[in-house]
Amino acid sequence: MSARTEDGVIIGLEIHVQLNKLHSKLFCSCGLDYHNAPPNTHTCPVCLGLPGSLPVLNRSAVKSAIKVALAMNCEILPQTQFYRKNYYYPDLPKGFQVTQYDYPISVNGYLAIERGDGQGIRRIRINRVHMEEDPGRLVHEGTIDRSKFTLVDYNRAGVPLLEIVTEPDLRSPKEARKFLNKLRNILEYLDVFDGDLDGAIRVDANISLAGGERAEVKNISSYKGAERALSFEIVRQRNVLRRGEVVVQETRHFDELRGVTVSMRTKETEHDYRYFPEPDLVPMRVMDWVPTIRETLPELPEAQRTRFLKDYGITGNHAASLTLDPKLAQFFEDVSAAIDPKLSASWIVDVLKGELNYRDLEIDSFKTADMIEILKLFSDDVVTEKGAITIIRTILDEGGTPDRIVSEKELAKVKEDVVTSAVDEVLSECTDAIADYRCGEAKALNYLVGQVMKKTRGRADPQDARTGLLEKLDSNET
Amino acid sequence: MMSITDVLRRVEEASAEDVVAEHLEQIRKSKFNTFITVAEDQSLKRARLIDSGESKSGGRLSGVPIAIKDNMSTTGIRTTCASHILDGYIPPYDATVVERLYAEGAIVIGKTNMDEFAMGTSTESSYYGPTRNPHNPDCVPGGSSGGSAATVAAGEVAISLGSDTGGSVRCPASFCGVVGLKPTYGAVSRYGLVSYANSLEQIGPIASNVEDVAFLYSIIAGHDPKDSTSVEVDTEIGIDCDVKGLTIGVPAQYFGEGIDPAVESAVWDGIHHLEDEGATYSEVDMPHTDYALAAYYIIAMSEASSNLARFDGMRYGLRTEDKDWSTTFSDVRVLGFGAEVKRRIILGTFSLSTGYHDKYYLKALQVRTLVKQDFDLAFKDVDVLIAPTMPMPAFRIGELVDPLSQYLADVNTVPINLAGVPSVSVPCGSTDGLPIGMQIIGRYFDEPRILGVAAAVERSSQYS
Repeated sequence: MSARTEDGVIIGLEIHVQLNKLHSKLFCSCGLDYHNAPPNTHTCPVCLGLPGSLPVLNRSAVKSAIKVALAMNCEILPQTQFYRKNYYYPDLPKGFQVTQYDYPISVNGYLAIERGDGQGIRRIRINRVHMEEDPGRLVHEGTIDRSKFTLVDYNRAGVPLLEIVTEPDLRSPKEARKFLNKLRNILEYLDVFDGDLDGAIRVDANISLAGGERAEVKNISSYKGAERALSFEIVRQRNVLRRGEVVVQETRHFDELRGVTVSMRTKETEHDYRYFPEPDLVPMRVMDWVPTIRETLPELPEAQRTRFLKDYGITGNHAASLTLDPKLAQFFEDVSAAIDPKLSASWIVDVLKGELNYRDLEIDSFKTADMIEILKLFSDDVVTEKGAITIIRTILDEGGTPDRIVSEKELAKVKEDVVTSAVDEVLSECTDAIADYRCGEAKALNYLVGQVMKKTRGRADPQDARTGLLEKLDSNET
Repeated sequence: MMSITDVLRRVEEASAEDVVAEHLEQIRKSKFNTFITVAEDQSLKRARLIDSGESKSGGRLSGVPIAIKDNMSTTGIRTTCASHILDGYIPPYDATVVERLYAEGAIVIGKTNMDEFAMGTSTESSYYGPTRNPHNPDCVPGGSSGGSAATVAAGEVAISLGSDTGGSVRCPASFCGVVGLKPTYGAVSRYGLVSYANSLEQIGPIASNVEDVAFLYSIIAGHDPKDSTSVEVDTEIGIDCDVKGLTIGVPAQYFGEGIDPAVESAVWDGIHHLEDEGATYSEVDMPHTDYALAAYYIIAMSEASSNLARFDGMRYGLRTEDKDWSTTFSDVRVLGFGAEVKRRIILGTFSLSTGYHDKYYLKALQVRTLVKQDFDLAFKDVDVLIAPTMPMPAFRIGELVDPLSQYLADVNTVPINLAGVPSVSVPCGSTDGLPIGMQIIGRYFDEPRILGVAAAVERSSQYS
């Protein structure tokens, strides 16, 4: 076993992600665009498990699974097969879930993350990545304990899922969060996953402290939730040990609202899932697909970050920030084709991204051409920094093109002679302030700059105004 | 009994509507309880569409009524699997075989009686009461496709579909004196067939004669994108009943202890007829036959325990008073399933459970491989295997109440399903007025040959 940290926290994750960018479910042709649809409208005899219906495997889902497995450095098995996991629950229309057991699509991979203590890199081994179908969704009126009945929506039943199982290599809740963030980043780069959709990711975590049994925490449905659930669980287990009791092996449910984990069942009452091979689906040999998929894998975030540093000379922070989102990275590359990369990176990461986040918008809401235009206006000294920011905000809030915004909002920097004449006017009018300045009152200069800005209605570059004033004052022209 | 040709001629002379009306009248008068649901309105409507030319005419079965075992999905026609638990279930889709029949102009006249969820050898376990054997109403028609075989034997319809998981087409064909084919696993789409044991079963045609069975097979067989276990097959079957040079294997193990002497001699008569026509036979050894029955029941019950898990009253079928999930779920299943179905679910659940899985389920899979091997080896030396379909003629209703004695009756039919090879049961004699059937077993996808041999037997048999 790998080295333990002081308190011996050991965490392994089982992560379910929906391959929600596919067009259809895992075993039928029902669509996946059900998020805003009325319940039970994205269903058919197959995903409802009507008597006599049979599953037919979605090949694109298998290809996506192979993509993910390769990106996580996994080994693809020459033959893969589906199994039935038998248990009764109302969200499971067939009374079993079609999943993988022996012969999963892939095994033995790893992802490297930064250690939680900042002391270098930790390699998190991936036990397996396998495919399975999502169950339906239970809906309660009000809260689960007050509701008089349960409604079932099978729109989600049959959505292709990947289950990613890590070895118990994580050492802190922080590392778990880092791992999940990295995973999401990769999945989005592979264009198989949209992490913003409801139910896109669900995490079960196994966690133990040195000398204790492990608890499995289920029902974690967000990245932040994972860190919170694990932190709670560490405190809980530590307290159990402190009281001189033993941590029992059990399954616990994470209550996201209250931020606590609650015991569901102990080992004695664990399900026996009675796995056996799904007779309706034949074993598959997928090795022939692997070379093509490997060749067409997109550049992954880590490789891209390294390339950005090397090719564009931008800062590490900018590179890291840009490669959190494949679309943002692409945006940067497109802008950099026309504008100095360092300037582009700084404007995209430090300005544009903040403005987008503030408005809860994605990078697709901003046109590359507009960004190039704005940065040109700024580097050609046509608008001030403040002017450029105003253009960005206006585009996001009201629309329009940089050109028109500059003229409508009169953002163009005023010409030098206009500044000069404003300076002259101010100097002839504000004799008191000049006197103060000459007596060593530094604030007086600021007042004079303010007057120049006022006369130019803010379009002068304050720096130009200051320079102009100083020149005249120092040459004793007044 | 009727043939397809008879019915097509009658459609030509009169109309599809007349033919359907005559069939409905015949079924109404039936004393054999062959149907669970008679699709009176739907079949008359379809007949009128054919007569008016609005619907497919010119199809190869245009206007011909067909009876469908009640475990195949039919749009708008109740599908019960002879179980209380499917009360009121009207499917929203057609099984692929039904679609293919409609495309040829056939008319589904109704859904036939069967053992509940196809679990049985006598059609006595139906929630809708037992079907009677037209040759002797005190006897069972065999099962589980008892209604489909009996309705053809009674002359109510010319053709029907059954399903064969461990002999469920061949057994009733044998008991009722008709022809029934269990196709090679994968030859016919199972899409829409309510699964009992999905790695074993196939839908198979039943008719009064070999030619009609072959014809029906050619219509329903072939790859279906909705069934991943189905494959492309050559459906252009010309039956060649010339058996000169044919080599027949006679597996000693299929003539074992407890076989009825009349059955044994009728089957040998059939073999000797083929010999007279130029075939040769030799005895072959199928050493793992003795283990096939146990392996079959473990695999079938294991798969059944999972396949039948979906019947919980939540989405369709029987619904009891609403209580909490586990209570309602249990209530529905206690009330909805019959004793034999419950027995098989419990045994199947047991043999898949941790601690028993390796001992029973895995061991049964190993035996299955050995049984397959028996067939592979035998077919290196001979073209077909011939054996009694059932070790006895039809037994009396209520005679075999002990479940084990009914399981034992399947001894000659289940090895074929374990191996996945095709087999056709054809009448070859009778005893005390009850028909006797022999089965001709072939290599994978060798349906044309076994049907040809069956036709030769049919021609030579005094019985046909």
